[in-house]
Amino acid sequence: MAISSRQKAGWSALNVLVILWALFPVWWIVALSFKAPADIGTDGGSPWPTDWTLQNYAAIFTTTDFIRALVNSIGIAAIATAIAVVLATMAAYAITRLRFPGKRALIGLSLLIAMFPQISLVSPLFDIERGIGIFDTWIGLIVPYTTFSLPLAIYILSAFFREIPWELEKAAKMDGATPFQAFRRVIAPLAAPAIVTTAILVFIFCWNDFLFAISLTSTPRARTAPAAIAFFTGSSQFEQPIGSIAAAAVVITIPIVIFVLFFQRRIISGLTSGAVKG
Amino acid sequence: MAELVLDGVTKRYPDGALAVYRMNLEVGDGEFVILVGPSGCGKTTTLNMIAGLEDITDGELRIDGEVVNDKAPKDRDIAMVFQNYALYPHLTVRDNLAFPLTLAKASPDVIREKVEGAARVLELTEHLERKPSQLSGGQRQRVAMGRAIVRDPKAFLMDEPLSNLDAKLRMQMRTQLSRIQKRLDATTVYVTHDQTEAMTLGDRVVVMRAGHVQQIGTPRELYDSPTNFFVAGFIGSPAMNFLPATIETDRLRTPIGDVRLTDAQRSALESRDVGREVVAGLRPEAFEDAALVDASRAPGGTFTATVDILESTGPDVHAYLELEDARGGQALLEAQGAEHDGNAADFRSRNQVVVRLDPETQAREGHPLKVWFDPRKLYIFDPRSTENLVA
Repeated sequence: MAISSRQKAGWSALNVLVILWALFPVWWIVALSFKAPADIGTDGGSPWPTDWTLQNYAAIFTTTDFIRALVNSIGIAAIATAIAVVLATMAAYAITRLRFPGKRALIGLSLLIAMFPQISLVSPLFDIERGIGIFDTWIGLIVPYTTFSLPLAIYILSAFFREIPWELEKAAKMDGATPFQAFRRVIAPLAAPAIVTTAILVFIFCWNDFLFAISLTSTPRARTAPAAIAFFTGSSQFEQPIGSIAAAAVVITIPIVIFVLFFQRRIISGLTSGAVKG
Repeated sequence: MAELVLDGVTKRYPDGALAVYRMNLEVGDGEFVILVGPSGCGKTTTLNMIAGLEDITDGELRIDGEVVNDKAPKDRDIAMVFQNYALYPHLTVRDNLAFPLTLAKASPDVIREKVEGAARVLELTEHLERKPSQLSGGQRQRVAMGRAIVRDPKAFLMDEPLSNLDAKLRMQMRTQLSRIQKRLDATTVYVTHDQTEAMTLGDRVVVMRAGHVQQIGTPRELYDSPTNFFVAGFIGSPAMNFLPATIETDRLRTPIGDVRLTDAQRSALESRDVGREVVAGLRPEAFEDAALVDASRAPGGTFTATVDILESTGPDVHAYLELEDARGGQALLEAQGAEHDGNAADFRSRNQVVVRLDPETQAREGHPLKVWFDPRKLYIFDPRSTENLVA
């Protein structure tokens, strides 16, 4: 069907509008982060900084709190991702390939976890973690992050494992591989794109989390970046830390943007082509 | 290479379904044995049990006299070629071929030598550095073969290895496979549903149906003396014609006329307790256009029937003839399950007979044709037990 140039122009205009609508708040925070602290609130909310300055960025990196929070964020998200992906890979493999009692119950249970509103678990988790002494520690955040990202990870990976022809494993077994060798040398390399995809999604989930980070920490010891931003203070009690908050928000967005671009480029299929006739 | 023995091997699934029942088979050293049968007959299950990919419920599997029921596939030293090749897509052809050797911890020199040797035999040398996705179907098939032969296993198992190739390539690979098998003198068990492959490749053929072995024999034996109506209908293309028949002392009354029984046939029938109602079987090859037969030199029966459809294959013409007087036979044959599994005269209606004629024939569709047949090639089956009565 031919699309008239008028229609085309109409669609383009609509697209531009949607993009502007979506990106305007992002631009706003970026603009804010480059304004001099004195200009904020006095320039009439101009979406364009009158004086471009890196003052805000310098400010957040001069105190140790934000750097500490970034280290916490990276460390906690990375460890939680690693644990979740390793467990999910094994669980997804078992779910797709093995017959064992309680398989349905396991799948149901993992879906149940995914459906649970996280806010309802914050108070019990707070009490439990204080009781067993992991409150305000890395482990205290890694455990809930791993738990809540596992269902998604298992789901993505089992969908992928199902696509890998079972014959490949049988072939590996016939070629003299133990089940673990077959998994490590044949299945895992084939599943690599799915594992990377899952890892990125889990990492983003951990990185973005605010609820657990704010509720299960009390000092900069384990506080992650999103939570740390909420504790920013101005240089005096009469100054709002708006510029610093904007700069920190931009900084923690950067890894996500990079990941999303990377994620888009991953082609999940394609690697398995040629394994079997088709 | 080694000797394989299946001794009463049975496979029963947890849900009670019986896949293979008390199978006895001895595969000699270097022998090429084919398992053939319609889908769901248990042939692939049997192969998987030999491979160790499926457990054996009952019975014994011995390789060189050693019971291997409980051994893992990797400890049985058997190689397998899969229907869809199952090449490792992330590895090059070289690494695919080397995979079993790497797992066996062979030295790099040995690996290179063996991989290149196999590649030479299979004409894959120039493709060694490519990935499976860059290969054609035939090349992938050869890589799959190569992966099986590199490590000199005790036996080869092949699960319909040619079924994914187009007709011409399949013929080529069939001869190549036969050559490789002879050259390596490899004990081979080969599964197929294609009776042409079974007849051309195998030293011996095992015909299976619904988990039961129907007959084990050389291709010639299966063709000449099938033990029952299933084997008779399965082997041969087009399939054997089955007609209801009645024994009248020394003759057999059939829809294509009365046939005088030979002495051998009569004594065979007399030694068994059969009723008068039997099923007569005649292969399409036992017929000819009566106009092309010198009746004085080839005594036999003749009948006239209308030609429904003519199919020319080049060297032969297959004619589908409509018989008028064959009612009642259908129910009889269907009751015996001859229609099952797509065997026998699957697409033929019951009063139809297929005959193979010389291409010189003047037969025309819709016209009557006088057909000659050779009564010595007649088979007689018991309609109850389905056994061949005169084999």
